[in-house]
Amino acid sequence: MKQRKPKAQGLAYKRLPRRALILGGLQAAFIGGLAARMRFMQVEQADEYRLLAEENRINIRLIPPTRGRIYDRNGEIIGQNSPSYRIVMVREDAGDVDQVIAKLSELIPLTSDEIERAKAEMRRSAPFLPVTLADQVTWADISKVAVNAPALPGVIPEVGQTRQYPRYEDFAHVVGYVGPVSDYDLSQIADPEPVLRIPRFQIGKVGLEAKQEGALRGKAGAKRVEVNATGRVMRELDRQEGEAGADLQLSVDADLQQYAQARLAGESAAAVVIDCETGDLRAISSAPSFDPNLFVRGISVADYRALTQDNYRPLANKSVQGTYPPGSTFKMITAMAALEAGVVGPSNTVYCPGHLKVGSRRFHCWKRGGHGTVDLNLSLKRSCDVYYYDVALRTGIDKISEMARIFGLGVKHDIPMSAVAAGLAPNQEWKERVHGQSWLTGDTANASIGQGFMLASPLQLAVMTARIATGRAVKPRLVRSVNGVEQPSGAGEPLAVSPTNLEFIRKAMFAVSNDRGGTAYRSRIIADDLRMAGKTGTSQVRNITKAERAAGVIRNEDLPWERRDHALFVSFAPYDNPKFAVAVVVEHGGGGSKAAAPVARDIMLQALYNGTPPLEAYPVADREKIKEQQKRLEGDRRPKARPTEKDRA
Amino acid sequence: MSYLEYAVKSTPSGFRKFLYMNWPLTLLLISVASAGFLMLYSVAGGSWTPWAEPQMERFGLGLAVMFIVALVPIWFWRNMSVLAYLISIALLVFVEFFGTVGMGAQRWIDLGFMRLQPSEVMKVALVMVLAAYYDWLPSHKTSRPLWVLIPVILVLIPTFFVLKQPDLGTSILLLAAGGGLMFLAGVHWAYFAAVIAAVVGLIATVFNSRGTDWQLLKDYQFRRIDTFLDPSTDPLGAGYHITQSKIALGSGGWNGRGFMQGTQSRLNFLPEKHTDFIFTTLAEEFGFVGGITLLTLYALILVFCLVTALSTKDRFSSLVTLGIALNFFLFFAVNMSMVMGLAPVVGVPLPMVSYGGSAMLVLMAAFGIVQSAHIHRPR
Repeated sequence: MKQRKPKAQGLAYKRLPRRALILGGLQAAFIGGLAARMRFMQVEQADEYRLLAEENRINIRLIPPTRGRIYDRNGEIIGQNSPSYRIVMVREDAGDVDQVIAKLSELIPLTSDEIERAKAEMRRSAPFLPVTLADQVTWADISKVAVNAPALPGVIPEVGQTRQYPRYEDFAHVVGYVGPVSDYDLSQIADPEPVLRIPRFQIGKVGLEAKQEGALRGKAGAKRVEVNATGRVMRELDRQEGEAGADLQLSVDADLQQYAQARLAGESAAAVVIDCETGDLRAISSAPSFDPNLFVRGISVADYRALTQDNYRPLANKSVQGTYPPGSTFKMITAMAALEAGVVGPSNTVYCPGHLKVGSRRFHCWKRGGHGTVDLNLSLKRSCDVYYYDVALRTGIDKISEMARIFGLGVKHDIPMSAVAAGLAPNQEWKERVHGQSWLTGDTANASIGQGFMLASPLQLAVMTARIATGRAVKPRLVRSVNGVEQPSGAGEPLAVSPTNLEFIRKAMFAVSNDRGGTAYRSRIIADDLRMAGKTGTSQVRNITKAERAAGVIRNEDLPWERRDHALFVSFAPYDNPKFAVAVVVEHGGGGSKAAAPVARDIMLQALYNGTPPLEAYPVADREKIKEQQKRLEGDRRPKARPTEKDRA
Repeated sequence: MSYLEYAVKSTPSGFRKFLYMNWPLTLLLISVASAGFLMLYSVAGGSWTPWAEPQMERFGLGLAVMFIVALVPIWFWRNMSVLAYLISIALLVFVEFFGTVGMGAQRWIDLGFMRLQPSEVMKVALVMVLAAYYDWLPSHKTSRPLWVLIPVILVLIPTFFVLKQPDLGTSILLLAAGGGLMFLAGVHWAYFAAVIAAVVGLIATVFNSRGTDWQLLKDYQFRRIDTFLDPSTDPLGAGYHITQSKIALGSGGWNGRGFMQGTQSRLNFLPEKHTDFIFTTLAEEFGFVGGITLLTLYALILVFCLVTALSTKDRFSSLVTLGIALNFFLFFAVNMSMVMGLAPVVGVPLPMVSYGGSAMLVLMAAFGIVQSAHIHRPR
């Protein structure tokens, strides 16, 4: 070991302890600063940082609520949630994605589009997130995937819920359909609930599904999950179950609805059956219809084009949205207005020579030769037009219009369906306001027989008939109960009209379908206690020129379909104790007595018997024909399982 | 009787040396390392692998190295100083050409059983060579310009190589440690004042030149400096780490969230949680109490080093002990400032706690020198 000499204790030597202490002091100060910083962050700001840490790790995931189901009045299911199967893939579990997809496509049909889309999505998203490979997969395909699970790593069959309408066409117009939330939907809502942003979440698009969205949707639940920095869910912390949507029970009778749809099949037509007492809508059919399930799945372009290009307009809901000139079915209103105004009594007569001259213009009766002397009863029974021209001119349009409103025409009825039309019961003020022209007496003549400006929907005609039958302001009701809670009935107060006058009208309507010579005599009901009172209507959709009238009016059968008259019929039964009112409109069907009355009668009997009526209820002459018709409709009415797009492929 | 003869006589020999070791310092080092094992166990999700167990093995090795170094008399280490410095320079040059690239920088020499980081070795070697230099230099020459220039060059050579790796953090530590040692050695304060004034002036000039026609740096270089100084301007890049680190630290609160209950580290929000950011995990799981405890242990290590340095009459012993303590201080001070958001992220590990072999081994060897100075101090 080398020895060394002690060094002189110079100035620098003396400085060392001092400098060491200075440096030590600086270090101590810095350590103190660190401690203070730590205290500031961990004691004073701890709560803020704790919150940030919680925000980091906790994600809130919504649990979509189960949509409320829709039942008919007897508990038959109309709208339900059925399991829908899809196949998802988790990239990190799959290993070789291409190889697994190749194997999978040997088992189930996968289009190259679907594969490309899924692969692109997989590249974008985190490896542990499931990506949908195939949606709306059949149970058979799901089973195949499940059986082959060991050969398909990362491929998972998933069960979700989707809306399904087991009654297919029957309720398309009433219930509507649901579909995934679109960007447009979101833009229409001021403050969209977060649940709407769940992928594939379905909301009501049209009809009851849309109008009762609030009740049907329910409340979303939420679960709090802990996620790591890459977003992978580590565990579920807690969950708060949502609230399922409310189940709705409709006033509609699914079997009657189905019968009405089947009975209207082949025509472009609508029929409404309403309970005269409670206003319960027992059937609201519109033909032709469509399968709402197609829209839930996302309708193909070809299917959609077929629906929009059909002359009979299957997508239009003719029963509440379609408005038609009510034609002669309006005559009850004109008569009531005249009776109430006192300008005519039930036994006063008018002479009908076949036309009436109003100003310089000739208004024709539908019967060329005229009806001769007619009173109220005969005028309705034979549907004489001149009688109504005459009394209407004496009553004035404003009183007629007001009477129409009392009976629910020109008034929008509040039922939860899409595009419920208000119709039109015009008066002088209306024409002045809308057309800027003064009301002419000729307009009154047209209105008196339900032509001209007058417009009504089948629903309004049904309500009108129910009000005539009971003398009460019956309101239509579509939803009977929400989650078992009975909704207010549609029974109304007595109308502000004289019951005696109303009785005259009812009697005349009875004559229409029960007296020989009545326009609906051929469509009468034989059963004594169920006899029907009604009124036919035939509303023109074209003008008949003078020349044509001179040469003889062209028969409907000889005209192209879209220029033929609309056929209408309104009725109530039983006459003595009205239970149901029925309104039928057959677009371009020709005469009301021929095209509409038999349909209304059949639907009425179906409603009265709550099923297929016995042949004894029909006139003897018709029974053979009816028997055949019943057999045919019975066949049509069996619920059909429809093949899906995928099955066909 | 010469001074040293006296000294040698009073110095313990053989295994008696163990009794004269600075045992409080040894115990403090073991405590700090144990805290490290605990945190490495925690960040691995309650597992001894992959970090805690190798770390314990290395610490065992480090402890052995410390004892061996401690038993060798301090003047041997003084005589080895220049050699150690030259070898370290050689290693730095070697790593420049043959080093393993990691984290975007050439820093390691792969020795097979461990990775050697020459810059770590250099930190100690620089302290040794400067201490030896001032031990050798006659006192009255200390502040003469020529004799000041020599240590400056000794500092700048390794700094240049480390900066080239590039490892800005370590090169700043080298500069600071070198400067600190010169300050301790008694170089006139005017030199330090001049250097500090020059640096401040330079920085001010560079920043003032921004946007003028005599701009000294390119725009992108300025932007890089901006991000470096204030990571919040780049919240998803450099800022993300520091933000998550602060959240973890702050959310620890007074008592912490409990051992292995730290959500930020367990759910991977923390970057580099087993190395540079391990203090954050400790502060998250043991809170203010845990953080202050570790800080106190570190401070006590400094205190015992200071006591050793002041109680010896040997100049080399004093300077090398204080230099090593300063190095140690810079290590944890920079690391903690970084994770608390007080300093830019410069990749400096937490001494004795962060996972990493060569740093700990070199540090234990350095403390071996401190122990040697303590045992062999002239009394």
